[in-house]
Amino acid sequence: MSTSVEPAVKKEHPMEKILRMDRIPHIWCPTCGLGTVVTALATALDESEIDLNKVAIVSGIGCTGRVAGYMKLDSFHTTHGRAIPFAFGMHVARPDLKTIVFSGDGDLVSIGGNHLIHTARRNADLMVICVNNFIYAMTGGQVAPTTPITAKSSTSPFGNFEHPFNLPLLAASSGAVYVARWTALHIRRLTKAFKEALNKRGFSFVEVIAPCSTLYARRNKLGTGLDLMKFYHDNCVIKHGCDLKEVDIDYQSKIIVGKFVDIEKPTYIDCLNKGYKQVFGDKYKPYGGGDGNNGN
Amino acid sequence: MKFWRTPLDIDQLKIPKGDVHILEERCKGCGFCVEYCPKGVLKLSDKFNSKGYHPPVVIKPGECVNCDLCEMICPDFAIFCLRVEEVNKEVASES
Repeated sequence: MSTSVEPAVKKEHPMEKILRMDRIPHIWCPTCGLGTVVTALATALDESEIDLNKVAIVSGIGCTGRVAGYMKLDSFHTTHGRAIPFAFGMHVARPDLKTIVFSGDGDLVSIGGNHLIHTARRNADLMVICVNNFIYAMTGGQVAPTTPITAKSSTSPFGNFEHPFNLPLLAASSGAVYVARWTALHIRRLTKAFKEALNKRGFSFVEVIAPCSTLYARRNKLGTGLDLMKFYHDNCVIKHGCDLKEVDIDYQSKIIVGKFVDIEKPTYIDCLNKGYKQVFGDKYKPYGGGDGNNGN
Repeated sequence: MKFWRTPLDIDQLKIPKGDVHILEERCKGCGFCVEYCPKGVLKLSDKFNSKGYHPPVVIKPGECVNCDLCEMICPDFAIFCLRVEEVNKEVASES
């Protein structure tokens, strides 16, 4: 069937318009889930019909940090852990842009952990995608703040004994207005979550569990990334609005996924306008295109 | 197709047909598309691409329903689906 019409058809992948094709094929390992997450974000941007000139993407360092270089958007590849501060500065300077932070767990919650909680506290209008592969993948598989207890890594060859972070709880308790967790297998739900987060005013945080075949799966003898995808298929439980204290991830245990938080709260720029308006009255010209009353 | 409940408008429903395109040189042989294709259209082939991976091959042409799952799950942007009607329209407009 594909042979009958093939010669006349232009063979261009639909994602090619949003990817920097001169940098593809990417460097990610076979059976890594990151490409799937990029496809989900590209599909979400495509389907929500946002003007791509009004979108900026910021990444830190790491495997996931390569995303900013692969997407044909205004992009910024920052220093390690500082993706959120750069994005916050960009957001304050250009509030008309939709700023997306796309980075990994080692970048966002380890070295950049303070930036994450404080930007969530201020409720800046950013969309943060944290791809969690349970390990520092690019630097050789060291133990990360998300590595589950008893999982082996290159710096914990006898098994990790530190308590890992519960990322949705961390983001929600710091003040995020949209918190969701999906895996690289739940592509349609993930795309929907990205679309909701893109349209959300305020700090939205989406954690994506992605398989790391070369380091996490190999060290722990879990097979390939395909085996991890099968594991997600069998062990993910969808619980929307679940109590976030229950969503801890133990080694090879059930993973609770879903949309956990979706609330409305005045953003950083709303609060800034409101605060200055109270002090200066009509002399104050609201910043960011609003009328200064959005936060009321 | 097996239905859990016969749809009331079954006479108006038209099952879409898709056409799978595989960019073999970009494939890294992860097998996600083969594993998760709901119609079992694909299979990893025996031949190698220039990187030494086995790209998938269509084994059941005509059974693809253009669900786009392979296109979305492929981490290497190496497979995509087009609706057969769109393809035919494109061919007609080009000729």
